[in-house]
Amino acid sequence: MFTSFIIAFIVGGLICVIGQLLMDVGKLTPAHTLAILVVTGAILDGFGLYEPLIDFAGAGATIPITSFGNSLTHGALAEAEKHGWIGVLTGMFEVTSSGISAAIIFGFIGALIFRSKGNID
Amino acid sequence: MNQKDYEQLQTKLSPKTPIGLNVLKAFLVGGIICTVGQAISFFYIMNFDFTERTAGNPTVATMIFISLLLTGFGLYKKLGQFAGAGSAVPVTGFGNAVISAAIEHKTEGIVLGVGGNIFKLAGSVILFGVVSAFFVALVKLILVTIGVTHW
Repeated sequence: MFTSFIIAFIVGGLICVIGQLLMDVGKLTPAHTLAILVVTGAILDGFGLYEPLIDFAGAGATIPITSFGNSLTHGALAEAEKHGWIGVLTGMFEVTSSGISAAIIFGFIGALIFRSKGNID
Repeated sequence: MNQKDYEQLQTKLSPKTPIGLNVLKAFLVGGIICTVGQAISFFYIMNFDFTERTAGNPTVATMIFISLLLTGFGLYKKLGQFAGAGSAVPVTGFGNAVISAAIEHKTEGIVLGVGGNIFKLAGSVILFGVVSAFFVALVKLILVTIGVTHW
């Protein structure tokens, strides 16, 4: 169990390092960097490579934003396997729903209870 | 002074990005956030009916809840200034982008302000995630259909 924490730390940290290098060396904005990471996650899952990474690194692979691309693709592929063409559309948010719905719900709650003092964003 | 000279002058005068230090900070903070995530997924695996693979979902939701508190009290912005990609790349950064946009535009009203701007920062992540997932799944479906690969 202890090793799994170390692996999560290292793998998660390294994905963030890639992001930092894209920003510092590649001179990309944070928005471009995150978009690239999401697309990378989606492509890796197309080759069936992201799930083994999750098996290996646990939260080190599920917490970085790359996992968002992975779970979108994963849902689409799982439904496509079952239902064919239409599954690509219907399966998309099947796996990844919790991230989006949590962000929307907590965003709404946040807007109700907090006030911006210029220190939020 | 022509444009080339100006560009040279600009690179000479602008402060150098401390890439090594930035990378180290991103590694440490990103690593710590993922370690917290690992602890939360162990909590879900041990107390509820989740496996290593399915625990990702409730873990992500919990991490975004933590982001709500950190964002609301203005702590995530401070973390971001220190950690750069270390706090932007984990899903807490996605949560921060959504939640901070919602709070920021509260004064413009709940429908036009919060509703209209909640995805202002995080929209591109969702757009590129969904579009790339669509094409990846489509390509794979075609490859499976013509028998090049299998599921």
